[in-house]
Amino acid sequence: MEFGLSDEQTLLQDSINRFLDEQAPLQRVRLFAETPDYTDIWQGLTELGIPALLIPENAGGVGLGTLEAALVAEALGNHTTPVPFLGSAVMAPRALALAGGDFAELLGQIAAGATTVGIAVGETIAARDNAGVTGDGSKLDGKALFVLDFDADLYLVADSDHRLYLVEREAKGLSRTDLETVDKTRPTGELKFDKTPATLLSEDPEVLAQVIDIGRVMLAADTLGAAQNMLDQAVAYAKEREQFNRPIGSFQAVKHMCAEMVAGLEPCRALVWYAAYAIDNVPADARLTACHSKAHCAEVGAFVAKTATEVHGGMGFTDLVGLHYWFKRIGYNRQMLGAPELVREEAARVQNLFN
Amino acid sequence: MDLSYSSQHQSFQEEVRDFLESHAEQAAEAGGLRTEKGLAWQQTLIEHGYTARTIPKQYGGFGAEPDILKTRIIAEEFATAGVSPGLGGQGISMLVPTLLEVGTEEQKQAFIKPTLHGEMLWCQGYSEPGAGSDLASLTTSAVLDGDEWVVNGQKTWTSTAHLADWIFCLVRTEPDAPKHQGISFLLFRMDSPGIEVRPLVDMTGAANFNEVFFTDVRVPKHQIVGQRGEGWQVANAILGFERDSLADPNITLQRFNALIDLMKSETINGQRLIDHQMYRDRLMKIQGRVMALRFNDLRILSSRLTKKDTRLARLIVKLQGTELRHDLESLGIDAMGELGLAYGDNPYLRDKGSWQIHYMYFLGLIIGGGTAQIQKNIISERGLDLPREPKVEKKS
Repeated sequence: MEFGLSDEQTLLQDSINRFLDEQAPLQRVRLFAETPDYTDIWQGLTELGIPALLIPENAGGVGLGTLEAALVAEALGNHTTPVPFLGSAVMAPRALALAGGDFAELLGQIAAGATTVGIAVGETIAARDNAGVTGDGSKLDGKALFVLDFDADLYLVADSDHRLYLVEREAKGLSRTDLETVDKTRPTGELKFDKTPATLLSEDPEVLAQVIDIGRVMLAADTLGAAQNMLDQAVAYAKEREQFNRPIGSFQAVKHMCAEMVAGLEPCRALVWYAAYAIDNVPADARLTACHSKAHCAEVGAFVAKTATEVHGGMGFTDLVGLHYWFKRIGYNRQMLGAPELVREEAARVQNLFN
Repeated sequence: MDLSYSSQHQSFQEEVRDFLESHAEQAAEAGGLRTEKGLAWQQTLIEHGYTARTIPKQYGGFGAEPDILKTRIIAEEFATAGVSPGLGGQGISMLVPTLLEVGTEEQKQAFIKPTLHGEMLWCQGYSEPGAGSDLASLTTSAVLDGDEWVVNGQKTWTSTAHLADWIFCLVRTEPDAPKHQGISFLLFRMDSPGIEVRPLVDMTGAANFNEVFFTDVRVPKHQIVGQRGEGWQVANAILGFERDSLADPNITLQRFNALIDLMKSETINGQRLIDHQMYRDRLMKIQGRVMALRFNDLRILSSRLTKKDTRLARLIVKLQGTELRHDLESLGIDAMGELGLAYGDNPYLRDKGSWQIHYMYFLGLIIGGGTAQIQKNIISERGLDLPREPKVEKKS
């Protein structure tokens, strides 16, 4: 028995972090917020094999597992990196693998970073503003809101019967509208369907459910990384900033805030690892731990985001230190693919706890 | 990550399960301290290696090689079966490992075996009215007079002092040395002349704690563990053990399962509590925390085999584990509402009043064994390298 990362997994995460330290520092993220173009970063990550991570070797991929993907998601959250990892490298390959069928060409393009996939499944979890997509197995109608990784070549769309489809960006009867959100690192938008032709991937609601499971674990991992970065920044600031002739980190009022952040966040790491491991190895636990990792990391993440900002005092509130990029990323992860209350309700349902 | 057990550990797990099944009757009848059946159960557990497992045979243990996974399997299987894993108490959990670490051969021979077998009960004389979080400022004194130490002063929060045969006690023997270097670790009998024990009733109504007063208590010179002035190091050799054992995630999981049962059986206006969305959401919030701490515990356990650095994961266990238990018990009370207030002889009492008792008891554990605030100092100073508060000179 071993509960922890292998040397290879640690190495993978270190190399992604090193790459992002160099290629996606805060100033690069700020640039993206003005001109949303991630080509250079995505290109670099493609050279490191990231879009190919979950794709089997015989389909031109790297053939690694969900835990490795979660480690990458954590690193991306840590750097608030604006790349379409969640949709293209995780949820779409998962959907294609579960759907069964010959997707060799598409998987090859995804693995090469050449084709990206946006995710429009939110209405099957919680439809807002009366949005929703209806389908008949080959055409779609209605609208999907807050589509993830919106700047994509293809969209993975779920209809109200929990069937999954692929829709091309240029498909007839599809209109796209960018939606601005607080998080400038995540292109998001609205899709409107008018008898839009779509390729049916799967009619099995369990396929959609498993695609959402893995997406939730990735969002939990992203929050873990983002919150860890905010905590690290807060601790560094508390050591350096002086008031009353001493570092503010020597005051218990401040150091206890830092201790509370660690105390909340450190167990999230083990929870995310297990949730990712369970997806590949313990199917009976996978949905429950995906739900709990999503909800619990969202709660701890919100606490860390608020507390780390407060440790910075007034500077935390400004755009100068840029803490708000992480704050907003954590906020985005919290609402997407099921807000905490909804996901906890699903956790209870999975266990058949109530009537 | 590989959470499967090897075939060796699988068969060990089977062995433990078989034992629990075949000894179910004896386990159910085993009483507590000082009962014939309690001592017999302890004897059975030691013979099978389910308690005192790694303590050498010559000192009355089972003498197995350390195997963290087997220790974990025992803890899990006993918790699942709801069977007592043997006697605890500060003699077994704290003094025995201390003596194994720093005791003389004579001390090991004299004290470990009767302690393990429940024949010699101990209490711990550490805290004093003026020395709580700042334990090293303790003032109970021991002065050498011929071949004996003469002990004067007062201890407090002394669990089981009213039952104990012996005490292991921190005393100041070098009054002129810096505070951490003037302390010694003494062992002496609780029936020595000059000891007075007064019960200290806590908020649950029980009196597990005591105040203990020493007036010219005479202790043979050789009953010191470690050298004069080394008592602080002796005590700290194992202090971490106590903190972590206050928040065992296996027991937290048992309580969480009891909470589910409670919310499935208790009703409001005829509707089960678990069918109320508000209470159910609180239950699920707690479950997320229970899971996170259980996996954190597995990670720590595993790192002891792989030598990976999990310092932060370890430092937070006492703080998070006790807070979680307090919140868990609190939900049990809230779910029952007015019924949750029942106490003592109330005919509407549920689960023997365990929800209220644990709710209060775990507030005690948030404070005891190093308060939550001291834990946060430790996490931030040792875990995050944040600077210490400037020292204030001693008042003259």
